[in-house]
Amino acid sequence: MIEIKDIHKSFGDNEVLQGISGKFEAGVTNLIIGGSGSGKTTLLKCMIGLHHPEEGSVTYDDREFTTMNFEEKIDIRKEIGMLFQGSALFDSMTVEENIMFPLNMFTEQSHKEKLDRVNFCLERVNLEGKNKLFPAELSGGMKKRVGIARAIAMNPKYLFVDEPNSGLDPKTSIVIDELIKELTEEYNTTTIVVTHDMNSVMGIGDYIIFLHEGKKFWEGSNKEIARTDVQELNDFVFASRFMKAAKGKF
Amino acid sequence: MNFTNFGKYLLLLKAVFRRPEKFKIYLKAIFKQMDFIGVGSMGLIAIISTFIGAVMTLQIAFQLVSDFIPKTIIGSVNRDSSILELSPTISAIVLAGKIGSAISSEIGTMRVSEQIDALEIMGINSPGYLILPKIIAGITMVPLLVIMSMFLSITGGYIGGTLSGAVSPAEYIEGITTDFNPYTIVVALVKAFVFGFIITSVPAYEGFYVKGGALEVAQASTRAVVVSCITILACDYIVTQLLL
Repeated sequence: MIEIKDIHKSFGDNEVLQGISGKFEAGVTNLIIGGSGSGKTTLLKCMIGLHHPEEGSVTYDDREFTTMNFEEKIDIRKEIGMLFQGSALFDSMTVEENIMFPLNMFTEQSHKEKLDRVNFCLERVNLEGKNKLFPAELSGGMKKRVGIARAIAMNPKYLFVDEPNSGLDPKTSIVIDELIKELTEEYNTTTIVVTHDMNSVMGIGDYIIFLHEGKKFWEGSNKEIARTDVQELNDFVFASRFMKAAKGKF
Repeated sequence: MNFTNFGKYLLLLKAVFRRPEKFKIYLKAIFKQMDFIGVGSMGLIAIISTFIGAVMTLQIAFQLVSDFIPKTIIGSVNRDSSILELSPTISAIVLAGKIGSAISSEIGTMRVSEQIDALEIMGINSPGYLILPKIIAGITMVPLLVIMSMFLSITGGYIGGTLSGAVSPAEYIEGITTDFNPYTIVVALVKAFVFGFIITSVPAYEGFYVKGGALEVAQASTRAVVVSCITILACDYIVTQLLL
């Protein structure tokens, strides 16, 4: 479980996060949603330590993360898997080397054991046999799946996903969403997905927090989101013609 | 580099020299960088050094030789100039262009494509993993390249001098072997060590703190070469002042 309390973050005079709190449980898919510039990626980066919040705390299973030093954070980071918006695969390494990288760095396993783990992860994301390809040879969807395979290689307790559907076609987006949900339930990970994609929200949003202009405006599940009377959230959820047309059916 | 940047540079170096997570992986990266910086630059340094040596001989012959100055002076001036200044400094400036821009754009691209963030999320000390192997390769391979450059520059002087008839082979060899002070080699190697550090660490700093996209990576790469060259020349003066 990850708990954030009263997170504040500014860049110069621009206060991007204004006291965000929330509790993200294990085994369910937690979503942080909001429009562009609402602060969701900044919140994610504060949670994983890439940004340092001016106020507030981030707690990983009762371990206070924000006050830890670099060495102490390493222990928690070994338990984190992350899929980046652009996948962030290492260009100079093959798919196999990318997935094996954290295993090489932090385990004493034999090469065969590591290779078995790589193949298992690739199988899990339906990319068997793609070991020797380089990131430049992969499609956007395949890169995302390799990113997921790398993120789960170390059996993470916490999985962070930043905009998993950006740049993907709707069909591939659904495949990625379902994969994230399956892995979350299968390994009981605390999964936090940052997205503005309404298909993801309706498909996998077990617990959702909605950010608007740096503040938390709403929290709930995908079953509740369409019936809320929060104006800012309704403007976000029913922005598209398709969602407007489907409004009465939720 | 202003004071803020210099402070950030020192803080980055502090992070670079943290204890590596796994020595075996760092060692592999060091050898890879040695191959890139050392072996990959041998051809360029060889060509430049040979021609500089040859041109130096012709210019010394043109400027210095008269009936009152023995021709052996051409060999000894070429030797000392090559060892003390031309080989370390010209090699370093050429390497700053070749290696510095490569290092800066490699690390800068990793920054803007979130690969450095990915390393940090995994719990890896990204400055150490990315920059330490480059610095170690730089401070070991640049002195070796400079030794090769000294040899080829003096050899180039011999070839240029004898082919043009500016100096006879016997006079040139007598010149390069007379009054040789081995301490000049020590000075040159100290310079090469310092330059090797600058050539790798300054571009790494420029790349590591890039913000933006392709344009900013290119700008950082240019800045890396310019700052490296100026720093090399400033350090050249300081080391020369201190050691000679």
